[in-house]
Amino acid sequence: MKPKLAFYWCASCGGCEEAVVDLAEKVLDVVAAVDIVFWPVALDFKRTDVEAMPDGSIAAAFINGAIRTSEQEEMAKLLRRKARIVVAFGACAQTGGVPGLANLYDRESLLRAVYSESPSTLNPEGTRPAPHYATNGAALELPVFWDRVRALGQVIPVDYSIPGCPPTPKLLADAVAALLTGSLPERGAVLAPDKALCEECPRRESKPDKLAITRFRRPHETLIETDRCLLAQGLLCLGPATRAGCEARCIQGNMPCTGCFGATSRVRDFGAKALSSIASLTGSNDEAEIIRILENIPDPVGTFYRYSLPAAPLPGKRPNRAGK
Amino acid sequence: MTKPSARIGVYICHCGTNIAGTINVAALREFAATLPGVIVARDYKYMCSDPGQELIKADIAQHGLERVVVAACSPHLHEHTFRTACEEAGLNPYLCHMVNIREHDSWVHSGEAATAKARDLLRAAVQRVAWNRPLERRSIPIRQSVLVVGGGIAGIHAALTLANAGKKVYLVEREPTIGGHMAMFDKTFPTLDCAACILTPKMTAVKDHPNITLWTYSEVIGVEGFVGDFKVRVRRKPRYVIEDLCVGCLECIEACVYKQPKFYDEFNQGLGKRKPIYIPFPQAVPQVVVIDPETCIEFKSGKCKKTCLEACGERQAIDFGQQETIETIEVGAIILATGYKAFDASRIPYYGYGVYPNVYTALEVERLINAAGPTGGELVLRDGRKPRSVGIVHCVGSRDEHTNRWCSRVCCMYSLKLAHLVKERTGAEVYNFYIDMRTPGKAFEEFYNRVAEEGVHFIRGKVADVYPAETDGRLILRAEDTLLGQVRKIPVDMVILATGLEPQADATEVRRLFNISCSSEGWFLERHPKLAPVNTFTDGIFLAGCCQGPKDIPDTVAQAGAAAAEAMQLLDTGSIELEPNTAYVLEEVCSGCKTCVGLCPYNAISFLPEKNVAQVNEALCKGCGTCVAACPSASIRQHLFEDEQIFEEVVGVLA
Amino acid sequence: MPEATAPVGQNQTAAFEPKIVAFFCNWCTYLAADLAGTSRLRYAPNVRVVRVMCSGRVDPQFVLEAFAQGADGVLIGGCHPNDCHYQEGNYKALRRYHLLRRMLEQMGVEPERFRLEWISASEGERLRQVVNEMVEQVRALGPFRKSEQFEPAEEAVAR
Ligand SMILES: Cc1cc2nc3c(=O)[nH]c(=O)nc-3n(C[C@H](O)[C@H](O)[C@H](O)COP(=O)(O)OP(=O)(O)OC[C@H]3O[C@@H](n4cnc5c(N)ncnc54)[C@H](O)[C@@H]3O)c2cc1C
Ligand code: SF4
Ligand code: SF4
Ligand code: SF4
Ligand code: SF4
Ligand code: FES
Repeated sequence: MKPKLAFYWCASCGGCEEAVVDLAEKVLDVVAAVDIVFWPVALDFKRTDVEAMPDGSIAAAFINGAIRTSEQEEMAKLLRRKARIVVAFGACAQTGGVPGLANLYDRESLLRAVYSESPSTLNPEGTRPAPHYATNGAALELPVFWDRVRALGQVIPVDYSIPGCPPTPKLLADAVAALLTGSLPERGAVLAPDKALCEECPRRESKPDKLAITRFRRPHETLIETDRCLLAQGLLCLGPATRAGCEARCIQGNMPCTGCFGATSRVRDFGAKALSSIASLTGSNDEAEIIRILENIPDPVGTFYRYSLPAAPLPGKRPNRAGK
Repeated sequence: MTKPSARIGVYICHCGTNIAGTINVAALREFAATLPGVIVARDYKYMCSDPGQELIKADIAQHGLERVVVAACSPHLHEHTFRTACEEAGLNPYLCHMVNIREHDSWVHSGEAATAKARDLLRAAVQRVAWNRPLERRSIPIRQSVLVVGGGIAGIHAALTLANAGKKVYLVEREPTIGGHMAMFDKTFPTLDCAACILTPKMTAVKDHPNITLWTYSEVIGVEGFVGDFKVRVRRKPRYVIEDLCVGCLECIEACVYKQPKFYDEFNQGLGKRKPIYIPFPQAVPQVVVIDPETCIEFKSGKCKKTCLEACGERQAIDFGQQETIETIEVGAIILATGYKAFDASRIPYYGYGVYPNVYTALEVERLINAAGPTGGELVLRDGRKPRSVGIVHCVGSRDEHTNRWCSRVCCMYSLKLAHLVKERTGAEVYNFYIDMRTPGKAFEEFYNRVAEEGVHFIRGKVADVYPAETDGRLILRAEDTLLGQVRKIPVDMVILATGLEPQADATEVRRLFNISCSSEGWFLERHPKLAPVNTFTDGIFLAGCCQGPKDIPDTVAQAGAAAAEAMQLLDTGSIELEPNTAYVLEEVCSGCKTCVGLCPYNAISFLPEKNVAQVNEALCKGCGTCVAACPSASIRQHLFEDEQIFEEVVGVLA
Repeated sequence: MPEATAPVGQNQTAAFEPKIVAFFCNWCTYLAADLAGTSRLRYAPNVRVVRVMCSGRVDPQFVLEAFAQGADGVLIGGCHPNDCHYQEGNYKALRRYHLLRRMLEQMGVEPERFRLEWISASEGERLRQVVNEMVEQVRALGPFRKSEQFEPAEEAVAR
């Protein structure tokens, strides 16, 4: 019997699903070797179908996206019951991802921004989604929008993670192959190399031995050379802090690494570590000058925790002084 | 990494009542016994006493302890004691950790809060010590040779002291001769010894000493390595004269196509002239001439008759094609004796130096009154007249927030010396303008009294202005006499500016080259102002003389002797032990991002392109941990201060 | 009994004792704390010192971990500029501090809770002042509460 696989998406942009589709011809091999029993994006199965399956009957569930709503949490728990292996697929599931940056705001300000204040909002009645809504005699249930974004591992136990925003098709193919051949590593592992990106960066030879950055530039502020280490050009490349395995795609697109593959296993807190390495390279010992140079990094949280705020030691903005 | 489990012993010291009088040691011991991994917990009156240490040793043997935590005083006091005790009991010394519950707790806090703090610190220590790993102290042999940089009196004295003790010495001096500033003086305060009489024999001794290799006209251009094993590269500039062949007859100088000397003579501060081929001063060491390519016709046009070469004849010492050479030497220790530079008097425009010909610096006057100087020791003005009145301005460039804030320490004394010498040679009236008279050395005050008795006038006040009198062109010194409380204007024939001492212009480059620190003014920084005054923070590099700060010759010589003794002590130990808290790279996971490479203040980290990884030279690493905090993939770690150990402490104190 | 005696319970809730984690360099600030001890300078007992060789060893991860574990404030102590035992470690600390400080502010951590101070081995008195001042400021701010976090399901396996 072919092993059963499930794919599911939570708070995500859909890019991870693309990565699955991007397996291209390989997808057919995978499809031939496995039985996909649940994949809402592509196949017409319902939640009830999953509920009907015996517990532990799915070999592996690949879940992408962070957890923001009650429905996502329920589905994650359901799949956890049904699947023998749960893989957090992509940065959002692994560490919260870009949606996790919403933890810098509380729910009320998010709702206010989206349903009243944003310039493109037209909502004179101030309508907001309500979990329970009755119309024409029918009762509609909407998922609850939690106050916080969580990574998948903060909701259910996760066996493996595949990093990336999105992961590369190769990592997925490798993971499936390992699953089929029973060669998965120890539980808890991240299925990507445990070295940082500079290792596989095509520009690594142009990186100087000693860097002292006196001006941090954002990509739109400069003409980016195509063959020189981006950090050496003052661009905030987080490649040194980020796991390899992405095949340096951003670098090949002439864009600095923003860290979507997350930290290596030896680092507990991606943001703090990345911040430490970048700040250390500031090219001055003079306090005023240091402050001035670092001002070119206007949004440290967004820069260093772009993909991992919910999984960070301080997983978001604190309630303010007055308490909640 | 999974948390290691270990059999831990905890020892809580009473330190008499120092600790036990404040902290409830019994409660602390009971608490310690509940901590995971703790096999024995004891408290004792004086842990550092022999019976205290025996307690630990016995437990190591009896309970098979794998880790030891001692809650007592500061690790700066007794870490070594307890590590050694563990070592004697067969436990690696680095498996022992101290908790400071005295200086950081019982001596500064009271009541339950003190005991609560001790509990937190102890918990943290127990959690962290589980991660400690056995480490080896490494020891490396020390090369039995010393490099001395700078051949002033400091360098000369240090080199001779070491050479006499049988050490091999390389003395590198960048000028064509050794001697430094002292060689310029006629007499030295306060004894008025003739400088040449006491210095020249030492200079010759350097040249003749079998243990000293003297390289003048040379500069250090590269320093690698570390205490015990420095690799130094020295550039020997071409003097266009082969040192070994020149016998110092000076016939070439006589024969030069320039019949008269006509070029700026550095050694005489430009007061005299020299030829393109010259010797800085008659007693120069080595007695070897040097050709200045800037002024030599052969170098400028290639069309000189080269009468010098003819004069040298068979000796064939002159070599117009000489090239610079680079020598590489290996030494165990280095003494820096690069001296000082005199303050540039033209930086203070209102004293008119460089504007009025009769305003001189003290160094110029030192040359004028030197019997071997440009005037043969006669103190005359530029027009040949003998001055009948002379004003000496103290503190030029010193003790002034616009120039240098420090006191240069020697100017009052050498001003007194010059006052005496001027009076002796010319009989002129001498006026010394001082802010405070600083004569705090042995026999200094007596010297001051003597000069005062000789009839030198002392005016307490800072000279505000020097300007020519309209009538006779003499120079008027205007100062507020703070003792009389009135402004005085004193006309003189000659003004002498007692310029202060400054760090060498290239002190920063030299400091970087040798990887030592400077004070904010630029003087080389000693390791401790009182207890390690000739050591630097870089092991194996010592300081002597004015490069460390202004001082007179007696102090310079004393310091040079001390530096030589320190170097000798180091060499005689034969080998040195290094603390094992060094950084190391996990090569299999280092991404080669190079973040760490440039951060190390000791250049201990190098990048290996073949392997694409960073590598720490453990002998160069001092264990600051800066690179460890910066490595973005946590691939460089530090012994004794591993991430896990620090995290455990953080968690431990907060639990 | 005088009326002024306040109800005990009320007083106790008012007395919040902040916990401050301090990272002190071995050569300056740690020695300053030793000196404060030998000089018997009493100061607030709220600080827990973690000894590192140099302020340059302080990884921002430690600072965030301290807050996450319930510290109400974090203090880093190092040698004055130019005086670092390792020449430049304190400058590295300074560089990290300024970026980290701004990041913590974005996360709603009040600036008084995170300080970097240069305290030399001879400045026991200054150590006392800094600690006392910081404890007072943090006490006034109240306990540090990190943002409401959902309890992770069992242990967070993957990061
Ligand atoms: C006007 C004047 C009068 C003084 N009179 C007296 C006095 O009467 N009595 C007294 O006790 N003190 C006197 N002093 C102070 C005295 O000059 C110093 O105490 C003494 O010269 C210090 O010796 P030193 O070897 O440290 O430095 P220096 O004499 O400056 O010697 C340093 C040597 O190092 C060489 N050097 C520098 N950099 C390098 C380099 N990078 N590589 C190789 N070589 C280098 C220099 O060329 C020089 O030869 C006087 C000072 C002044 C300015
Ligand atoms: S810093 Fe970025 S651009 Fe430079 S080598 Fe590393 S990954 Fe490549
Ligand atoms: S070990 Fe330290 S604390 Fe204990 S008795 Fe000795 S000096 Fe006192
Ligand atoms: S610990 Fe300090 S001295 Fe050692 S390699 Fe790292 S930066 Fe250099
Ligand atoms: S910073 Fe870390 S990963 Fe980068 S070269 Fe150094 S040890 Fe390797
Ligand atoms: S040793 Fe104190 S800050 Fe570096």
